[in-house]
Amino acid sequence: MALFRRRALFERRPDGRFALHLGADERQLLAGLADQLAALLDGEPDDPALRRLFPAAYHDDAEREAEWQVLMGEDLRNSRRTALETLRATATRTEVTEDEVTAWMQAVNSLRLVLGTRLDVTEEDTGDRPADDPDAPAFALYGFLSYLLDRTVDSLSR
Amino acid sequence: MASLAAPTTAPVETWSPTGDVEVEPDLPWIVIVWNDPINLMSYVTFVLQKLFGYSLEKATALMLDVHHKGRAVVSSGPREKAELDVFRLHEHGLWATMTQDT
Repeated sequence: MALFRRRALFERRPDGRFALHLGADERQLLAGLADQLAALLDGEPDDPALRRLFPAAYHDDAEREAEWQVLMGEDLRNSRRTALETLRATATRTEVTEDEVTAWMQAVNSLRLVLGTRLDVTEEDTGDRPADDPDAPAFALYGFLSYLLDRTVDSLSR
Repeated sequence: MASLAAPTTAPVETWSPTGDVEVEPDLPWIVIVWNDPINLMSYVTFVLQKLFGYSLEKATALMLDVHHKGRAVVSSGPREKAELDVFRLHEHGLWATMTQDT
């Protein structure tokens, strides 16, 4: 796990809804990422990028684990798809409901899990890369998603 | 699984196998959250509060156990309840597994 602290992006209003303080480019980026991951979820089930999204439930029982993946895998896929769809559909809004912020939180975390797995991040990694590092843009994106996730958690905790 | 860190939340029953004994069907199942390098500490704490209704203090203590010891038992109960807990933790991207307590 990593520690993350910065300022607010989601502002809870007196009526319980949340004002969304994000730039147009950030909104566009998030909608695009949600689309990409939704497409991955609909694609090859054995895609290694998705492995982290469907972890084992029975770590010491292979038979029950196989049963689990058959019975629960599709439900988990649908749950992730629904959260990503909410993120994509509400990315351009100026305000969202608490349930929608929760969906953002789940969707952004799914994006972080896939990207973080691909980048093979470690707890100690600050994510800073020299500009000429081919992974620098991906690490910057990972940092942005971490920031966004931390802000959703902070706003929902208030 | 006696080598796992002692559960901080689950009632622990001591049970010693006395030979080729089948696993006791009534023994509770424990749900374990494992450390991973991706999930944020603030997020893990929030998810434990949200899913299990734990206080900030208790959720933080469990999160720190995961962080420092590599794993923590976050809930326990019948197999059906443990499966639901694992599913909800997976929905939130936490690395959770379950096993029957011994």
